[in-house]
Amino acid sequence: MPITAANPVISELQDRIRRLEGGAARKGEVLSFGIAEIDARLPGGGLACGALHEVAGGGADAVHGAAAALFVAGIVARTKGDILWCLTRPDLFAPALAQAGLHHDRVIYVEADREEDVLTNFEEGLRFGGLGAVVAELVRLPMTASRRLQLAAEASGTIGIALRRWRRPTEAADIGQPTAATTRWRISVLPSEPLPVPGIGRARWLAELIRARAGEAAEFEIGACDATGRISLSRRGNRRRSIQGGCADRHARRQSPGDDIRPASGQCRPER
Amino acid sequence: MISGLHLVNADPNGDAAAIERLALWMLRQYTPVVAIDSPDGIVMDTEGADHLRGGELPMLTGLVNALRGHGLQARGAIADTWGSAHAIARATRREVIIVPVGETAKAVVNLPISSLRLPPDIVSGLAVLGFRTVGELSATPRAPLALRFGPGVGRRLDQMFGRVVEPIDPIRTADLIEVIRSFSEPIGAAETIAKYIGKLVVELCAALETHGQGVRRADLIIYRVDNTLQSLRAGTAKPVRDIPRLTKLLCSSIENIDPGFGIEKLSLAATMIEPFEEKQSISSLVEETIVDVTPLLDSFGNRGQRMYRLAPVESDVPERNVGRVSPVSEKLGQAWPTRWPRPSRMLAHPERIEVIALTPDHPPASMTWRGKRRRIKRGDGPERVFGEWWVRSSEMEAVRDYYSVEDEDGNRFWVYRSGDGVDPATGTAKWFLHGIYG
Repeated sequence: MPITAANPVISELQDRIRRLEGGAARKGEVLSFGIAEIDARLPGGGLACGALHEVAGGGADAVHGAAAALFVAGIVARTKGDILWCLTRPDLFAPALAQAGLHHDRVIYVEADREEDVLTNFEEGLRFGGLGAVVAELVRLPMTASRRLQLAAEASGTIGIALRRWRRPTEAADIGQPTAATTRWRISVLPSEPLPVPGIGRARWLAELIRARAGEAAEFEIGACDATGRISLSRRGNRRRSIQGGCADRHARRQSPGDDIRPASGQCRPER
Repeated sequence: MISGLHLVNADPNGDAAAIERLALWMLRQYTPVVAIDSPDGIVMDTEGADHLRGGELPMLTGLVNALRGHGLQARGAIADTWGSAHAIARATRREVIIVPVGETAKAVVNLPISSLRLPPDIVSGLAVLGFRTVGELSATPRAPLALRFGPGVGRRLDQMFGRVVEPIDPIRTADLIEVIRSFSEPIGAAETIAKYIGKLVVELCAALETHGQGVRRADLIIYRVDNTLQSLRAGTAKPVRDIPRLTKLLCSSIENIDPGFGIEKLSLAATMIEPFEEKQSISSLVEETIVDVTPLLDSFGNRGQRMYRLAPVESDVPERNVGRVSPVSEKLGQAWPTRWPRPSRMLAHPERIEVIALTPDHPPASMTWRGKRRRIKRGDGPERVFGEWWVRSSEMEAVRDYYSVEDEDGNRFWVYRSGDGVDPATGTAKWFLHGIYG
């Protein structure tokens, strides 16, 4: 926030408020995406650690949660420590998470029979404090529960991600209900990056930042997570850019996993 | 006459010793309250302990299977009372029976009177009078029966139907580490129970320290003033001698205790122990500390949640590619060998789709899944997966051709055709949707 940072009075006030709120040692730490355009829209320059974030799928993905799960996997892959993944429907395919940079040795799955147990596990994991991140696949996230989770995350400094996953597409309107989450994302699939030969290029998503506390809503067109869990920005209205050798893959230092078997996909990437 | 029949003399003492050994093993493995139901049975109070085995049915089938693995033909029943479980296990042919709570009366009506644990002369006397089933006997007025056969018949019936309590006196070994606290006044409030659990844990940990052991299973047995027992069992993934952690584990299920008219005695036993080594903690100055997550896992486990990590399994068939391992197992660091993109969500069962595709090896041009027709814009494949004849002989020639496809809106799916599209022996050439890409 360049404007407020320039004003010493406001920044001092913010400091005082932060001190009044109290907080853990990790408070104020953020997990950045490494993309200037996205990080600039988030207060603090990234996803706040010690906070609850909410990620949902858009369109058909509201039920499947496939793109949202990969987006979350890419985020938590860049934290340190074990990841707790609470769920009721065990249909995640671990090789795909590994391809998004989340090694299977780091993820502990906790499977519950009931939705309420998932919430309890989520909160207990957040309170524990020794984990890199806690992810929970939730259908409902009531205001009270989300406030408890946010407080638990603040107390321990662990990043908590609620992966919203509905049972029917009609229920997805639930995303409009207010929760105490610090940021709220909706990830929808977009047609993949075009290749000059038949085949499927790097997957692309529309990431909508629907809500950000002390920030503004925004939307980005991004390329899916690479092997280290990093996303890349692909600019709107300029879909041929990645073919023409633009900077779309600037942040993907390592090649995506399928590159060697899809010979055409990496052909125009400039070496920097 | 049966030729080659091998006769062995009965050995009641040997049998009793063997049953005692079995009972001690069950005490360590299953539940804190185990007693011998002589001459040929073992009775256990599994309430408050079945969650560590995934529930009542998995626990009982696991127990029967484990005994069968040792060459013992066992039959198990779980019911509300000792008497009914005893009768049901002996009188029915099924190996494993679980009677739902409150349905004991219905379940025992047709059982023979010989299953009532009465002396043989009373049973034959009742049979002379024409009684055959428990239901008939329980519908008869008590007074004439008591006059003729004594109070035993009525008592056994009441015990079976749960009208009279029948405490199970748990067996104990000499080397069991156990701490007991009796109260002059019965206690009942949750805070008081928590306070005394805390004191017992301190004593138990001190006792464990002298033995150099850590606890894997801790049992709290609650003796109520009305002479009934309740038990709580807490399990840990690794040996533990940490006072706050054990206290927290035991206190987390305090709401399951029903103090009734009051508790007169608490006993805490370390039923399963393992050697425990003290480790010097590494200073955060030297290297980054690795946080041990087992306390969190124990607390999940004691609430009956399933925990696992996923690990690669040597197989090309996607559904056999991933195996569940214990969350505390060694981290081996292997990886899946494939570098092809994989879908992030897999359907539990592949779903039939209607497809228009060029055979033999083109991706579909359009597909219909769950009633919605999609035009396919792009596709990759095929990736051929061969059946594993060493798993199932019917997979000898089976082939699946996997394609990843993308429709006009950007939805990406993992579909396969059963068979190579040429040879009908390899598959039916039907198409299925198996996974959804992110």
